[in-house]
Amino acid sequence: MGFHETKNASGVTVVQVEGQLIVGNRQELKELIQAAVERGERRILIDFSRTGYIDSSGLGALVSISKRIREAGGELRLSGLNEDLRSLFELTKLDTLFAIADTPQQALASF
Amino acid sequence: MPSSLRLCVRRSPAPDARQAGTLVTLRLPSEIGCIEEAVELVTRHCLAGHDATRTTRFRLQVVLSEALSNAIVRGNREDRDKWVDVRAELGPDVIRVEVTDEGDGFDPAAVPEPIRPEQLDEANGRGLYLIRKLVDAVEFNARGNSICMTLRRP
Repeated sequence: MGFHETKNASGVTVVQVEGQLIVGNRQELKELIQAAVERGERRILIDFSRTGYIDSSGLGALVSISKRIREAGGELRLSGLNEDLRSLFELTKLDTLFAIADTPQQALASF
Repeated sequence: MPSSLRLCVRRSPAPDARQAGTLVTLRLPSEIGCIEEAVELVTRHCLAGHDATRTTRFRLQVVLSEALSNAIVRGNREDRDKWVDVRAELGPDVIRVEVTDEGDGFDPAAVPEPIRPEQLDEANGRGLYLIRKLVDAVEFNARGNSICMTLRRP
């Protein structure tokens, strides 16, 4: 379980969520994104291709992260949500709040 | 965080074929660091011997994580002197999981639905809503410190 941060050739910060995004580690993700924003990163992709499940605390952390990035004038994209993960966003209507792409490649192309 | 949680599994006799099943219990301390391990342990035992779909496994993991998180953070307020009890009855057709904390309880009817447009930007308040959406039935005891979630096996 953890977060893997890289930067792609066009300067987008990519954070991969490996394992779960739940109450026990959401703060770590928030701090990681906060640090990236403070460094001046403005295009951020969070990829869930290697994520098992997300709980409501994890969804809440993504809402806070989205707000933080928006306030800084940046853009956030999400990608790699399988059918089950995507259903959480649809049930909570958060699919209307986030820009969600099927794959990281599609998300990167949309910046 | 403890190195590992101890799970108790008891196979019950079968006086009635529909009641036959297994009882799984787990007691965990009020530490959020225990949740992931508890979810994996209980999920594994709930689905053992059954051809569970990916979605059933996913739903069980999410609702267990939610219920444990509510019990530890809101119920027991992360008080390390308090415990959370998980009791899962595993029948041929259904899984019933009860999660009980030592808190004062709450009124589930007073929890608003978090999907109004003006609430989308809120970081909290989606846990119980998600549980209700992901399982077949949800019940609480009168005090409001114990939730019982029922999932039908596909």
